[in-house]
Amino acid sequence: MSEGLSFHFDVDGEDFTSAGQASVQVKKDLRRLGLDPETIRRVSIAMYEGEINMVIHAGGGHAEVRVEEDAIYIILEDKGPGIADIEQAMQAGFSTAPDTIRSLGFGAGMGLPNMKRYTDDMDIQSTVGVGTRITMRVDLPR
Amino acid sequence: MKICTIRDLLDAHVICGEERLGDHVYSACGSDMMSDVLAYVKDQAVLLTGLVNAQVVRTAEMMDMHCIVFVRSKQPTPDMIELAEESGMVLLASDKRLYEACGILYSNGLVGNKVKKENGV
Repeated sequence: MSEGLSFHFDVDGEDFTSAGQASVQVKKDLRRLGLDPETIRRVSIAMYEGEINMVIHAGGGHAEVRVEEDAIYIILEDKGPGIADIEQAMQAGFSTAPDTIRSLGFGAGMGLPNMKRYTDDMDIQSTVGVGTRITMRVDLPR
Repeated sequence: MKICTIRDLLDAHVICGEERLGDHVYSACGSDMMSDVLAYVKDQAVLLTGLVNAQVVRTAEMMDMHCIVFVRSKQPTPDMIELAEESGMVLLASDKRLYEACGILYSNGLVGNKVKKENGV
């Protein structure tokens, strides 16, 4: 199996203003690869939501985007507090984000559901007190 | 609708992206919640909002939008303008309120959910 192209980013958890920088860069990188706009849009929205989540809840983390032959994989890893009840976190509208984040236009409880909506597969591995690893797959059009 | 028509209808001033005022847009949405924009918006080219922070520009960029209209006399910060210029986005500012600004554009033919059909399908 051929080795896919991959991009790595450290997501700074200190500053909400800079959240999303990695997603903007991924969008540029994928455009440069000549992928179709809808695929790029889905990947970058899913990653952007994930990046925002890492900044709000986990104090930052690490993101990897891997371009394989048939699909793009987004892997987000943090050492945050973990998600106690994943099923509950997946419900649209459920949020533990503080009011300060709501006043910035986020924290409506749409992050995880949105990530699922824009991807073909999403897997969440999370341990309370240890961290969270989310793997998303966006299939490339044939 | 051309972006310059939006400027005229909303009595807005151009903050950046003057060179793209002739671009055509086919739909718009209005919201102060970026989470909702990311969740419910599809193929809309113009975002009207009263929220002012860098995430507004990034959200619009993620959604492939062409233009942001800041309502209620809100002014974007220099770093937001820089981000918008980098991604070739038009920023407009109007003193109208969100409801009124959306209503004016809607009643002049810039719709919400209807998207331009591709390949005649």
